[in-house]
Amino acid sequence: MLETLLQNLLNALQWGSFYSLIALGYTLVYGVLRLINFAHGDIVMVGAYIAFFISSALLGKYGMPAFLPGWAVLALTIPLTMVLTSLVGVTLERVAYRPLRRKGANRLYVVITALMAGLILENGNLLVLGASRKKFPEMIDKVVYKFGSVYVTNLKIGVILTSILSFVVLHFIITKTKVGMAMRAISYDKFAVPLMGIPIDTVIVFTFVLGSAMAGLAGILFALSYPILDPYMGMSIGWKAFIAAVVGGIGDIRGAFVGGFILGMIEIMVVAFFPSSYRDLIAFSILLLILTIKPTGLFGVPHTTKI
Amino acid sequence: MSTMNNPQIPLLEVRDLEVRYGNISALHGISFTVEKGEIVTLIGANGAGKTTTLHAITRLPPPEAPRLASGDILINGKSIIKTEPHDVVRKLHCALAPEGRHIFGNLTVTENLTLATFSRPKNDDLNKGYEHVFELFPRLAERRHQRSESLSGGEQQMLAVGRALMSGCTFLMLDEPSMGLAPLLMYDMFRALKKLNQEGMTILLIEQNAKLALDFAHRGYLLETGEIILSGNATELLKNPDIHKAYLGH
Repeated sequence: MLETLLQNLLNALQWGSFYSLIALGYTLVYGVLRLINFAHGDIVMVGAYIAFFISSALLGKYGMPAFLPGWAVLALTIPLTMVLTSLVGVTLERVAYRPLRRKGANRLYVVITALMAGLILENGNLLVLGASRKKFPEMIDKVVYKFGSVYVTNLKIGVILTSILSFVVLHFIITKTKVGMAMRAISYDKFAVPLMGIPIDTVIVFTFVLGSAMAGLAGILFALSYPILDPYMGMSIGWKAFIAAVVGGIGDIRGAFVGGFILGMIEIMVVAFFPSSYRDLIAFSILLLILTIKPTGLFGVPHTTKI
Repeated sequence: MSTMNNPQIPLLEVRDLEVRYGNISALHGISFTVEKGEIVTLIGANGAGKTTTLHAITRLPPPEAPRLASGDILINGKSIIKTEPHDVVRKLHCALAPEGRHIFGNLTVTENLTLATFSRPKNDDLNKGYEHVFELFPRLAERRHQRSESLSGGEQQMLAVGRALMSGCTFLMLDEPSMGLAPLLMYDMFRALKKLNQEGMTILLIEQNAKLALDFAHRGYLLETGEIILSGNATELLKNPDIHKAYLGH
């Protein structure tokens, strides 16, 4: 019984890691711009596809020579994917959100634009790559560690550690660096930021770089764990991560991190004890209950600091 | 560097400035200058266009600041119409302590000050800057690790001024620094500003409290519904019967 629980706990931590990484991206952009970037889940999908093409190329597809061992391919794929995915995020900001900001558009229109941008990414992918699913390549051999009757794969450990490490790095950037301070300052009082000699657009671009890099990372880790890619893969996990960010208290990165793990935990534990078709029903009923009791989310404080 | 400056070119020159919010004209072609080392004050009633003038100089984008319809704003003889707001601070060293303070309440006092050094060159000695601010406003030193939200109104005003100083400015614009301050704190504030000016800081001050402003400044301009209707030495303006009647209350 205890071992089943431990096994489920590990699975929950893995799912929680995906949700957390994605929720961090939602919360960063919301914290700085007060914009719910509904295209974020689809950026995760784009990240997974970018990782797919990079790793396939490095493994010798598309007429490229294969000269690297699998672990080296993975080690190259991760940073390259994060860089390219952040470029996608920055482009999205530049093309879709900045023009609206310049014109002082109401937030509603920006959110609708984000929804549309997500649909464009999904359907653009469908147009370019077709509806057939892609099989994500295996880069590292699966190693299973056994503790009693609890099994852990190297991948699972990697996913959990990566998400924790990402959070630590992000937390450091936001609390200790000048650009992190600027991000917090924008979320509190956008008016005064240029008066400090700070180029506001640069800080916003940096925010999108961080958030999208996290999305890219989540995309790779997800594809490694569930190696079937399709254009709509980002939709459901993106929505769930968004809800996790809100439950944690959107705008606060601790909230996103914790919220992601709570959602992962609830989902896995529901499946452990109930039929799996009840998963979302019960999971979201619990989240609804949390929000009813604490409408600002676990870490949220009304009307004050975000991020 | 000051020896190279042509004494004929004022630090700030506002020339026939006309600005609009949407279709509503807020300034109808005002002109004034601020010389290097001076304290100049713009006085006038609510809605005269004082804050609008400062916002136009900061080059903040609408909707915060007005749209420029005609005229020009020059710093050291060069037009800044096309300058980005952060470059007005970073490259031209003009800083504004805005009305209502606009401090970052979610940051500590030190973080607020540090943030203002965002664009300063890496080799600048920032410690000197902190020391200077803490020397001018000792209360801030006591509260340096507090979230700035928790400061009193007067302390927040000090932080707003200190923050502007940390940006490395040589020209300081102040929008109603006396607002909401207890009299004692207000005198502290103006003593500190006087000291800054003696150290070489050029100051443009906006005040509703005309007596306070004219006691403090070298020269003044009286703004009324978007037009400058009087200007001159502060001492002369203090004696002016019209100003007396309308703004000094007796």
